[in-house]
Amino acid sequence: MKPTLIADNVSLCYGPKNSGVTAIESISLDVEEGEFVTIVGPSGCGKSSFLSLVAGFVPVSGGQLTLDGNPIGGPGSDRGVVFQEHALFPWRSVRENIAFGPRVNNVPRSETNQRVDELLELIGLTRFQNSWPKELSGGMKQRVAIARALANRPKMLLMDEPFAALDAQTRRFLQDELLRIWQSTKTTILFITHGIDESVLLADRVVVMTARPGRIKTIIPIPLARPRDENTPEFVEVRKRVSDALLSELKMC
Amino acid sequence: MRNMVIRTLSLLTFLAAWWSFAAINASVEWVPAVMIPTPPQMLEAGWEIRDLVPADVAISLLRVFQGFLIAAVLGVLLGCLSGSSRFAENIIDPVLEVLRPIPPLAFLPIFIIWFGLGEASKVLMIAFSAFFIIYVNTYQGVRYADPLLMRAALSLGASKRQAFFGIGLPSAMPEIFTGLRLGIGMAFFVLVAAELLAADSGMGFRIQEARWQFRVDRMFFGAALIGTIGFILFALLKFVEAKLLAWKPSREAH
Repeated sequence: MKPTLIADNVSLCYGPKNSGVTAIESISLDVEEGEFVTIVGPSGCGKSSFLSLVAGFVPVSGGQLTLDGNPIGGPGSDRGVVFQEHALFPWRSVRENIAFGPRVNNVPRSETNQRVDELLELIGLTRFQNSWPKELSGGMKQRVAIARALANRPKMLLMDEPFAALDAQTRRFLQDELLRIWQSTKTTILFITHGIDESVLLADRVVVMTARPGRIKTIIPIPLARPRDENTPEFVEVRKRVSDALLSELKMC
Repeated sequence: MRNMVIRTLSLLTFLAAWWSFAAINASVEWVPAVMIPTPPQMLEAGWEIRDLVPADVAISLLRVFQGFLIAAVLGVLLGCLSGSSRFAENIIDPVLEVLRPIPPLAFLPIFIIWFGLGEASKVLMIAFSAFFIIYVNTYQGVRYADPLLMRAALSLGASKRQAFFGIGLPSAMPEIFTGLRLGIGMAFFVLVAAELLAADSGMGFRIQEARWQFRVDRMFFGAALIGTIGFILFALLKFVEAKLLAWKPSREAH
């Protein structure tokens, strides 16, 4: 597998040069095509900032960030973003929300409709296609947000703590849903979380970040077969490795 | 349902209080009876001038609509410009911030000098007054459009233009509508003031004319007529707003 996203010595500083705050310091990371990578770290460690860089909302202060060899120079339809809050357009129906991406990218109408139908089917919300976001539950909204981000057929799905605002059962359900969607679309996923269980449950590799400034502390591969069971000794063992790496960071805060 | 009953009762009580006060005054004559007409006397006075009412209402509404239309177009347009471009904001906003605190009626005599006693001065006065509130609300709505939604639109491949028309503007619609509603109220307010001061037709003029004739009952009728028309206009705008903004989560839902 060849890497699709390459972060090479990436850094991000806020404020005036030299005297500003360093949010991210020399992150180097390759994400392979079709891979599911989660990033965990103490809050304020810059993991969301890293996602903003990949999404193109914020330019890098140093280093290079490329997607399939092209430098990332701004937001684009080759990367779909799912935010912590669903960020659905409240005046557009579920269907119109999902169709927004293809529409602004001038995808022909018939193709847009076909994509939207497929995605509605994929997230199991065909019945709600004409509902307004306000009529959906939190979990349903987040499923629509995932479908909307996938409608452009992006190379990567960038997810910024997408399930953090949901209750435990809904979160567990959506984690399974996301794995199912990932397996059927084979989209590369970069997933930010502060949940250790979540990171181990989902990822091929877990990236553990250090606290201020954000650096990569270690990358832990998760060799467990899916579907994973949190109660197996193997899971508990890997989970412990992640939490040990993270806890030594928290003690330094 | 229960709320509606209480509201109706409140209105009826108000009407009864006015009526009994006027009736008591008529019998004991604290002030001359003509000074405080009863509701039926007020309606009777209106019936007397029933031939004049449709033309008055028509000309007044025409003034309001013309002025309001100018204000709405300019207010929304300039509000969108200032709200979406820092450059336009720096040019437009300071001038309007200086003019805004001046009560618009202070300009009425100036407008009369400039544009005469004809239709132009009244229409422009209404437009001028209603403009500010529409501008400010549009500007705020567009300027502070949810940045998360803008990011979402950009991440989906929308251009700046598409993000503005597809996301910024629609997300500002509730504020724009608030501006339009306040603008209509302001337009009405200024209409009556302008007609009292400088007109020979319209609902405000009819009140002034009744004053010269010392017909308090007709003055009451004129005021009630303006209130009724204003209420209907407001209700219409509310109706359109509810239709257009049906996507908005209601306050109870939060």
